[in-house]
Amino acid sequence: MIKLEHVSMKYPAGTVALNDININIEKGEFVFIVGSSGSGKTTLIKLLLKEINPTKGNIQVAGYDFSKLKPRQVPKMRRKIGVVFQNFRLLKDRTVYENVAFAQRVIETPTRYIRRQVPAMLTLVGLADRYKAYPKQLSGGEQQRVALARALVNKPEIILADEPTGNLDPKNSWEIMNMLEEINAKGTTVVVVTHNKEIVNAMKKRVITLKKGVIISDVQKGGYIDED
Amino acid sequence: MRISSAWYSFKQGIKNIRRNLIFSLASVGTIVSCLFLFGLFYCILVNFDSAMQEIESSISISVFFEDGISEENITLIGEQIRTRDEVNTLDFVSADEAWEKFANETYDDPEAAMEAFGDDNPLANSASYTITLKDVSKQAEFVNFLQGLAGVRSVKSSEYTADSISALNTIVGYVSIGIIVILLLVSIFLISNTITIGITVRKDEIAIMKLIGATNYFVRAPFIVEGVLIGLVGSVIPVALLYYIYDMVINYVVGRFAILQSLFSFIPANELFSVLAPVSLLIGVGIGFLGSWLTTRKHLKV
Repeated sequence: MIKLEHVSMKYPAGTVALNDININIEKGEFVFIVGSSGSGKTTLIKLLLKEINPTKGNIQVAGYDFSKLKPRQVPKMRRKIGVVFQNFRLLKDRTVYENVAFAQRVIETPTRYIRRQVPAMLTLVGLADRYKAYPKQLSGGEQQRVALARALVNKPEIILADEPTGNLDPKNSWEIMNMLEEINAKGTTVVVVTHNKEIVNAMKKRVITLKKGVIISDVQKGGYIDED
Repeated sequence: MRISSAWYSFKQGIKNIRRNLIFSLASVGTIVSCLFLFGLFYCILVNFDSAMQEIESSISISVFFEDGISEENITLIGEQIRTRDEVNTLDFVSADEAWEKFANETYDDPEAAMEAFGDDNPLANSASYTITLKDVSKQAEFVNFLQGLAGVRSVKSSEYTADSISALNTIVGYVSIGIIVILLLVSIFLISNTITIGITVRKDEIAIMKLIGATNYFVRAPFIVEGVLIGLVGSVIPVALLYYIYDMVINYVVGRFAILQSLFSFIPANELFSVLAPVSLLIGVGIGFLGSWLTTRKHLKV
């Protein structure tokens, strides 16, 4: 599902963000990617979404080979990935319903499908009764659930979560992680980039640890490796 | 693009305009003033041009023949002149007609004068061709041609008038084109600015759209709609305004200064605006489209 072969990323300023990375994530896996800031996590996410291109190596995501991907195919590839961000990135001037519908609008889903799928997705994340609310009227946990609904509504093959619990209290963090686990149980590949030691240790999933642009550990049912 | 997507883009475009109202209004204002000036120049120019044509067509060249020339030869000269492309009209004025015209214009009592001379036409040998040209600027060259014809005694023309009229025409034309081009560039620049602000305001939304997998044209569509709508509104206002003003001015001038009508006639508003309205709309929508298209292409690369 996700394959990185000898991927290196060197920024024009000279910073080496990633150095000869090899990762292979199979369909249906649940993977944590951990590491302190500056380890190259953010660069990895940008590479997977093809916001930037690696200076060396090749990436394959959901059957798309990035070295052969034409610019106009990039949106098609991105539709296979649902993204969840630390700061939610909801549209502040739109309601919960519109925020989720937005994801379908932008990939030009017919309105009759949107009307059916958005309420179903809001029910799934437990926000069916709050569809008229605006983001600022919601708690952090609720906002992240809306973001999750938005990521899921287009039925992606991969969920890519960038610090999804970074702005949440433990209770809400667990709610989100439980939802991700449920989604994963239904067959969606889930990749979570996180700092959250407690969650990583408790969930016993595959853990890939990055340090200064290099993979220092990649173990099934692993735990959070404290650096130093 | 699906109809629902097109409708969505359209609504987003309108939303952009409302959210960014001050700058949108500024852009509309610039296009309005640009196209208003364009329309004004056009109205003046077209009327000026038609007046010039009336004057030009009244500038005539007279060709006089050598003494004792035969009628066949006069006809032959006439045929030679007629073959030239520059010729607009060619009229034969016989000696008798010339005398009648002269008498009518000169004497208080032309009948008496003509009777006094009887059959003895003082302007015998004054038969001539009166020629008007399609384009006065060709006059000098044409006069040379006439002077070279066998049987032609002299050619009379008004060189000075012809030259100055065609020069004035050219200057007015260039100056208006120059001003209009500058105004068009200013309009495109302002639309581009408005769109850039719109893009900046919606930066996060655009980033999310792209990450979700929106195609480039879907991201660009609302901004193109915004630009085209600004251009459309910006062109309808000046056309309507000019139509109203033009009609009013013509009615006022014609009613007040009846003498002007004998000099030249105004082009009716309907005839003028059947060209000006579609051209203005096309320019307005065109600069709206171009401004937003160029700006989104610059700012919204994948």
